[in-house]
Amino acid sequence: MTWRSARVVGLRDETATARTIALAVRDWPGHIAGQHVDVRLTAPDGYSAVRSYSIASGPNSDGRIEITVERLANGEVSPYLTTELMVGDDLELRGPIGGWFVWHRDQTEPIQLVAGGSGIVPLMAMIRSRALAGSSAPFRLLYSVREPGAVFYRDELWALSDRDHSVIVTYAYTRVTPKDSPRPPGRIDATLIATGTWPWNLNPTSYVCGPTSFVENATDLLIAVGHGRKNIRTERFGATGERK
Amino acid sequence: MAIISRGFAGRRSAAEAKLPPGQYLTSDFPVLSAGPTPHISLDRWEFTIDDGSNVLKRWDWKSFRELPTETITVDIHCVTRWSKLGTSWEGVSLDVLLADVKTDLSYAMFRSYGDYTTNLPMKDVINKQAWIAFKFDGADLAPEHGGPARLLVPHLYLWKSAKWVKGMTLMPHDKPGFWENLGYHIYGDPWLEQRYSDQ
Repeated sequence: MTWRSARVVGLRDETATARTIALAVRDWPGHIAGQHVDVRLTAPDGYSAVRSYSIASGPNSDGRIEITVERLANGEVSPYLTTELMVGDDLELRGPIGGWFVWHRDQTEPIQLVAGGSGIVPLMAMIRSRALAGSSAPFRLLYSVREPGAVFYRDELWALSDRDHSVIVTYAYTRVTPKDSPRPPGRIDATLIATGTWPWNLNPTSYVCGPTSFVENATDLLIAVGHGRKNIRTERFGATGERK
Repeated sequence: MAIISRGFAGRRSAAEAKLPPGQYLTSDFPVLSAGPTPHISLDRWEFTIDDGSNVLKRWDWKSFRELPTETITVDIHCVTRWSKLGTSWEGVSLDVLLADVKTDLSYAMFRSYGDYTTNLPMKDVINKQAWIAFKFDGADLAPEHGGPARLLVPHLYLWKSAKWVKGMTLMPHDKPGFWENLGYHIYGDPWLEQRYSDQ
């Protein structure tokens, strides 16, 4: 797998701490929704640092991909990508990587997506891939965020679920809810799983992505209401998310 | 020729210099798993060694815990690029488990609850290189980290250290396991940065 040069062709703030970076990648071979790339930064003295980021965009043939990067307070790479990087800069990446946490456009079964925070990124690639492919696979997204201001891709998710009623989006706010929210803030629980996800007897495939404690909780709840563990795929990221 | 990242300095520390290429230090213990965490009760737990047709050895939890144990302090390296130095484990050496297994088979497929598999050459499993670990930092191994017991093969990327391990099948030839079938390297030496199968 070779390192490719990639030019920053667009920057878009998703939230106060997260930014989407559009990249034109030389000889990009294409990707499947859910895959990630390795990004390499190199300092003038040759020191380099590499991190993996999920691809946010759906597969296309124009050699462009988007990643969305959340700034970590003590990060080495994410502060650079979210504050320093400018349109026209070049960086290096390789990929696409990963063959497990992916959605193929020929999958027709109901899909349950469960996102915790920036775990939305690879799941958004699946939602976008579905739209690009003209797929009619029924999609449902349960998206857990700290507060309304922390939602990524807000307008696009709204427009998609408004236009296409087979993409159903349910938000779960853990700290602060919007004024009209019927549910008090809190993490995903059995009630929300019962009302905000496909019933197990539709045999959905579930993709769960977020910090470890979020993924552990969400998958345990899905299994408790009857989902087969073989139909649940997970991707855990970042710091442990374990309470210290 | 690398592209220089304008304005990027990076962070370097003395500890960082001890790491395999492309790794960074973490003090957390992140988790990488393909699916839900299985919760295995100790009275159903077992570990078996077979050669593909016959079970050669079998332990239940009680007989497994009667085996001599070792405390292991090692650095661990995940293919997702974090490394953690000086982690402390307690486990049973594979040398103990294989002590009276007579075999000329050169490879093993480790099998886990939850259907995970990973392949290893036998030469990497013997001679104080691999353990079935059941304690981390002095406490019982948490389910999300592979408890009740996981394989620990610290000289290879951590996906080789199969969580929720339940047995090993000896094989005449090497064969890819779960991640090895999904684009990851058949062997996985962090010092040679063997991350991906097509590198």
